[in-house]
Amino acid sequence: MKNKHIDKDSGRGKSTAKGGGIKQFYAFVKKEFFHIWRDKRTLFILLGIPITQIIIFGFALTNEVKNSKIAILDLSKEYASQQLIQKISASKYFDYDQRLNAYNEIDPAFKKGKIKMVVVIPQQFGNDLQHINSPKIQLICDGSDPNVATTLATYANAVILDYQMSINQQQKLPYRIESEIRMMYNPELKGAYSFVPGVMALILMLTCAMMTSIAIVKEKEMGTMEVILVSPLKPFGVVVAKAVPYMLLSMVNVMTILLLSVFVLDVPISGNLSLLIGESLLFTITSLALGLLISSVTDSQQVAMLVSLMGMFLPTVVFSGYMFPVENMPVPLQVLSNVVPSKWYYFIVKTIMIKGLGFSYVWKQTLILIGMTILLFALSIKNFKTRLA
Amino acid sequence: MRTLFFLLQKEFRQIFRDPAILRIIFMLPTMQLIIIPMAADFEVKNINLAVADHDHSVYSQQLVQKITSSGYFKLIHYSADYKEAFKEIESDKADIVMEIPVHFERDVVKDDASKLFLSINAVNGMKANLGGAYIQNIIQDFNNEIRVRLVQFPPIPSQTVISTTYSNWFNPFLNYKVFMVPAVLATLLTMVGAFLTALNIVKEKEIGTIEQINVTPIRKHHFILGKLIPFWVLGLVVMTVGLLIMRFVYQIHPVGNIFTIYFFAAIYLLSVLGLGLLISTFADTQQQAMLISFFLMMIFILLGGLFTPIESMPTWVQKIVWLNPVSYFIEVVRMVILKGSGISDIRNHIFIILGFAVVLNGWAVFNYKKTS
Repeated sequence: MKNKHIDKDSGRGKSTAKGGGIKQFYAFVKKEFFHIWRDKRTLFILLGIPITQIIIFGFALTNEVKNSKIAILDLSKEYASQQLIQKISASKYFDYDQRLNAYNEIDPAFKKGKIKMVVVIPQQFGNDLQHINSPKIQLICDGSDPNVATTLATYANAVILDYQMSINQQQKLPYRIESEIRMMYNPELKGAYSFVPGVMALILMLTCAMMTSIAIVKEKEMGTMEVILVSPLKPFGVVVAKAVPYMLLSMVNVMTILLLSVFVLDVPISGNLSLLIGESLLFTITSLALGLLISSVTDSQQVAMLVSLMGMFLPTVVFSGYMFPVENMPVPLQVLSNVVPSKWYYFIVKTIMIKGLGFSYVWKQTLILIGMTILLFALSIKNFKTRLA
Repeated sequence: MRTLFFLLQKEFRQIFRDPAILRIIFMLPTMQLIIIPMAADFEVKNINLAVADHDHSVYSQQLVQKITSSGYFKLIHYSADYKEAFKEIESDKADIVMEIPVHFERDVVKDDASKLFLSINAVNGMKANLGGAYIQNIIQDFNNEIRVRLVQFPPIPSQTVISTTYSNWFNPFLNYKVFMVPAVLATLLTMVGAFLTALNIVKEKEIGTIEQINVTPIRKHHFILGKLIPFWVLGLVVMTVGLLIMRFVYQIHPVGNIFTIYFFAAIYLLSVLGLGLLISTFADTQQQAMLISFFLMMIFILLGGLFTPIESMPTWVQKIVWLNPVSYFIEVVRMVILKGSGISDIRNHIFIILGFAVVLNGWAVFNYKKTS
């Protein structure tokens, strides 16, 4: 035992909550590891969640709109309209699903649910095209999903413009303002760049805060907490010993996520890796403190779970900014988002990992996280003293 | 029948005795329904713009004004220094930096062309894509205005110009809440149903009371029905609360028949409860039950079409989504509430969900053993 030479009483004299010596502490940590190791199902899921999330987010969820089923109502039925229809159905964004014959067929087609857009080519399309050079087209979108509707209209417009260009002999207009766009950090516009940091925040919250709080409340519920509390280790030591294994587990998860994102999703780590890991460790401690606080105010596992879900999972998903745009929220919610630790962690990871910037860009956010951690710890210690000790 | 009646009495007492659970059953939907739709506004707006203007001409001023007055862009930085402007992107304050070159106005008028440089923060790919498209549209508009001012166009254009008109049905103002609220309601029902059933049964296992039930002459199907019916009722109550919130907080009036939704939800709840039951046969502790249901819910909800359209997913994922009951419910709720689809439109969905209910419950009953 390499800890033998350490003075057993080193921690006892101090008035801090952690006491009882390193050896007992070590024994408690070992006990917790046994608890986790014994429950293979839970362990499997805890390690599996990040992998599944990365795979789902990486391969299944795209905001890109493609293969949308469309219907065409061609009232003109001429060569010109045929050409246009061919151009539209050749696009990879659209899947030409059905041909309508009358205006009143549009509503039932939408109600069946699959059609996202109807292109209406009016009767005088060919006539207008030949004689007055200004034919008209109507696009009817299923507006239930606003972004899909907007995007489809934009794509359809691009195809129509393309068709228009092919009619006109290529000639350059005068007084052109051109624009050149550079997409910074993520030239291929991959979704992965914004969700990998988000998944990290989510997983850390989950494994660290939720599992810790449940593990502690479980001991309370089963009555074994009483047994532990009469041991020489002080209450807070007991609780910290419970948290240590989950902290290690979280770090394993962070590594899994980083490895997957680099090697499977091709999202590079542009910044300093050790800084990134250091910040993750800090956030782990923050979520731990949150878990301790939750466990100190709840008495049953079910309540702890539901409080964790509502108090941590939901805010992390909603306010960290990786799924929902914070800037579009009503002002009170934007203000509220500032108290969610994940928001700051998300910003830090994004800045370091994706943008590749250094500590000077994230020191403020780091300080905020440290402040939150101290506050949460203080609150949970206060609660533990009155409730358990 | 009498056995079932007593069992139901017991279950309802148990549920109503625990004020924390009850509070959560009603707070969860309310909070979710109020927060998520407010948060889930994916319309791309409030794009922060930083301008590095090296020209300081009338045109450059007019262009910036035109962009900011569109309502989509907020000017947060204006200087003649690109590096300064780019710092705003690095610190996440700006989304787009527009650099206007020297002699911008002169080049447009005299040389017929000038070039603007746009650097877009693309960490969020979708925002970058749409934001870029918006600003290019505005620049195009501005360009046309200049052209009209400088050139006299003939009454019949010499070139073909196809004019396109748009209309958006079912949600004419493209309001995101209209899209999200019904779907959030659907996921909510799923969570309440599956989570609570699974946890409830496993709790009996964990604290050992299931043994007491097992030694009584209560039949297997009585026990299971006794567990399912209370949560089925609770699920429908939660849905009613949700529908009321939708109607009075969000002012969304269902286009279709409200009973179509209830009818579908009643069947759907059966399959969700079956899922919870099945989970409970696999888990020994509440922690396990919670994690398993959480794990499944996560996959179901992410792949349910709540946030991203299912059609955009790769084909192999779409095949997996066929096995996802949540996706059917989300689709049906949106169809009925937004478009007014009737029973005949959702016929296939009903059969599929019935199939889920039979399979999941059958599997669960098969798996549930009175002996340990």
